[in-house]
Amino acid sequence: MELVCPAGNLPALKAAVDNGANAVYIGFRDDTNARHFAGLNFAPNKMVDGIRYARSKGVRVFIALNTYPRPDGFRRFEQAVDRAAELGVDALIAADIGVLDYASRTHPRLSLHLSVQGSATNYEALRFYHEHFGIRRAVLPRVLSISQVQHVIDQSPVEIEVFAFGSLCVMVEGRCILSSYATGRSPNTFGACSPASHVEWIETEDKLDTRLGGVLIQRHAKGENVGYPTLCKGTFNTDGQTYHAIEDAVSLNAMELLPQMAAAGVKAVKIEGRQRSPVYVAQVTKIWREALDSFAKNPNAFTPKPEWTSALGRVSEGAQTTLGPYHRPWQ
Amino acid sequence: MTEPQPLTAAPSSRRPRLSLGPISYYWPKAEVDAFYAMVAEAPVDIVYLGETICSKRNQVRFEDWMAIAERLAEHGKEVVLSTLALVEAESELKRLRAICEQSRFLVEANDMGAVQLLAGRPFAIGHSVNCYNDRTLAVLAGQGLKRWVYPVELTRETLEQMQRTRPDGVETEVMAYGRLPLAYSARCFTARHKDLPKDDCRDACIDYADGLVVNTQDDQQFLVLNGIQTQSAHTANLLAELPAMRRLGLDILRISPQSEHMEQIIALFDQALRDSVDPAEAAAQLNALMPVGPCDGYWHGEAGMAKHAIA
Repeated sequence: MELVCPAGNLPALKAAVDNGANAVYIGFRDDTNARHFAGLNFAPNKMVDGIRYARSKGVRVFIALNTYPRPDGFRRFEQAVDRAAELGVDALIAADIGVLDYASRTHPRLSLHLSVQGSATNYEALRFYHEHFGIRRAVLPRVLSISQVQHVIDQSPVEIEVFAFGSLCVMVEGRCILSSYATGRSPNTFGACSPASHVEWIETEDKLDTRLGGVLIQRHAKGENVGYPTLCKGTFNTDGQTYHAIEDAVSLNAMELLPQMAAAGVKAVKIEGRQRSPVYVAQVTKIWREALDSFAKNPNAFTPKPEWTSALGRVSEGAQTTLGPYHRPWQ
Repeated sequence: MTEPQPLTAAPSSRRPRLSLGPISYYWPKAEVDAFYAMVAEAPVDIVYLGETICSKRNQVRFEDWMAIAERLAEHGKEVVLSTLALVEAESELKRLRAICEQSRFLVEANDMGAVQLLAGRPFAIGHSVNCYNDRTLAVLAGQGLKRWVYPVELTRETLEQMQRTRPDGVETEVMAYGRLPLAYSARCFTARHKDLPKDDCRDACIDYADGLVVNTQDDQQFLVLNGIQTQSAHTANLLAELPAMRRLGLDILRISPQSEHMEQIIALFDQALRDSVDPAEAAAQLNALMPVGPCDGYWHGEAGMAKHAIA
């Protein structure tokens, strides 16, 4: 299985490459990708450097161009596709039908992956993107159980990549607009969820409130650990109960499912986190490299080492991990 | 493949038609039957039927939906069969195929899997199929798209751009009234609220005719849990924008059903469309009929929950 790692900048790319990634995914420095954060992503010259560095170490480079352009922004996306093709990247990860259509017609030799933002959760959807745009790979949304992943792969015309570690979208990617409901900006239109520009931290005598677009997402007592106010991980009141009505502040860690993923025919495992630091990317890549190598050496005896699990737990959001949707009871 | 019908009248002279979207909640069969008995006599032109949220909701089965469809067709309604938004299991694909293979009624695809099954024949897409630009619309039109629902998070301005290059024979529908569909998940939030596993949810959703309201800790009504779907607590209301929507040459305005006041809501839209009441006045009356209250931010390029044109 290929290990696909995030790189939000050149140091993170080098960290991923040096610690055993088989492929890295990167984005342009604008709203054409779903990690459109201030100071993140690659200016043109840095992208050239990054691709050169990865290539020199035999690591593949994918460019994420996975938001949804509106008509007045479409030309910029065309230019981004052209640029990716010129750079000779190993794949373009896209979601929008118009972008995929442009890319496949204008650059027939450019390898296309369907982004998780493309929201394809079944093999009939995958057939559409394969028949019309010749996609070679698809990243599955984090909604399927491991047996459903297997079933999709059995019928899929393209290879399948799945998320293995990192922040957990609890909603079907590409079809969640919670963020724009509160802020006007969504992953689809702006490339960011719960954008920092709309976050407020309001301290009073005994508590700290975090608001997104003015909406109270978390209310903490002074001294409590305070997380980022991602909308779906907020604490709300429903029918008299105050709880994480949608999802707790946890991250995905599917390492113990590596044997099942391999048996299912998963082609690549993806690490989330282009917004995270180079140190994070180095740590997580290193551990996953060791895990994949250990699995390859002795597939029947694979179990995650406790030190891997605890190290991954420490760098996870909320310091807790879950198997998420892969494990049916979570659903 | 049926040739798409060209649009004949000039945009400004056409009166948009009124549609009723699929019921997004889980209602007992008797209530569904009573609801569509009312709809049969109501001034809506198009009715979308079927379960779009959860395949476990089995009060109304395929045969029942087809029977309701026939009754509505007898009353002169154009019936469209709507489909599941999140398609995961083979059993869901099997049901989807049954809907896509019938040729009596047009089908609304709510997932690209359904688009794949319908390609080459006339079909419609709902708001959960992402169509954010003219090139996407053109690709889908090439596959037989006859009607699309404008994504709810996009603005009036973007719609204007889309209308300019819209392919011939493709109708544009806008969700003009209803709680906004914001997200879909593998997780069932209603079952989770009741501490039940999704696989043994015991029809958890049937207790909430308009979903389950999520409040912030400072008591703002914010979202609605509807099984695996999350909606806005506030109800989108674009009726005041009717003059703008007419100028844009929109073909259809959609009302998304709620459990109460539907006859009045439909009547207000109908009166506004027939120019017998001022749209702004009708919109204001609608606000009093909502479970929580109105919002219209997306249309104006703001946060979806914002109230722009609403006093």
